[in-house]
Amino acid sequence: MSEKKKWLPRWFYQLASPRWSYDIMGKLLPGFALVALISLVVGTIWALLYAPADYQQGNSFRIIYIHVPSAILAQSCYMLMAVAGAIGLIWKMKVADMVAKSCAPIGATMAILALATGAIWGKPTWGSWWVWDARLTSMLILLFLYLGVVALHSAIESEATAAQSAAVLALVGLVNIPIIKYSVDWWNTLHQPATFKLTERPAMAPEMWMPLLVMVIGFYCFFAVSLMMRTRNEILIRERRSSWVKELVGKQ
Amino acid sequence: MNFDSFSDFIAMGGHGFYVWLSYAIALLIVVINIVSPVLLKRKVFSDLARRLRREKKSS
Repeated sequence: MSEKKKWLPRWFYQLASPRWSYDIMGKLLPGFALVALISLVVGTIWALLYAPADYQQGNSFRIIYIHVPSAILAQSCYMLMAVAGAIGLIWKMKVADMVAKSCAPIGATMAILALATGAIWGKPTWGSWWVWDARLTSMLILLFLYLGVVALHSAIESEATAAQSAAVLALVGLVNIPIIKYSVDWWNTLHQPATFKLTERPAMAPEMWMPLLVMVIGFYCFFAVSLMMRTRNEILIRERRSSWVKELVGKQ
Repeated sequence: MNFDSFSDFIAMGGHGFYVWLSYAIALLIVVINIVSPVLLKRKVFSDLARRLRREKKSS
């Protein structure tokens, strides 16, 4: 018999090995950390000092440089969590479960950041901290979904059962992502439409969206750093009885 | 540069409170997300090292 046909790239199978994943993430971490640090520092200085003020909203407009990247990241992180959870369910891949578990706390804090900056921005712009608007409400549901996943992981003793139920919750909650995205088109809303669209040039002036792009890149790299650190911790904890972890600890 | 003076920069045209509060919360959340896994890693390593020493002693 020839060996089983592999129809997925090699790295996908290697990801199944906790040790290989631990090592590759250790190699990737410094690069991502450097890019995250540079783009967040440059982006923040650019956003606060050099980006022009909005002709209607004045300087409160600068909140966009935190609000939009955190909102984008909260949604991307959710999709990654659901996909990793699905991979864990289908292929019983432990590392995918660990990635999904590590996504939840980061995504929850990003959703909190997006909601908090939105409320702070809403006060001077709309005259209210909060309105029960479709975009805001669906974003609040996203936060509750994250908190649900975190709660499942801490409530269920068995790692495998916790990962399964969290993955099912994440997959069911995936329906919320297009609702968040299209909420500004489907319902009358105070919220302004998306800044970045894949198919069109941004309606904003380049001096305004360029620092925003830098911040988005910085937030994604920061997310990668935090996610890889959390996943590596998770690998160490779950593989604590394996010889390679003992060797690693012995060396320290 | 959009601001004439440092106090102008802090005031943000009267929106200083909102802008600085947003950036402060963002900084706090970014720092939490980096520091907490670093602390956990240290704890995991020291716990595992202790367990390893105990196993060596008992064997």
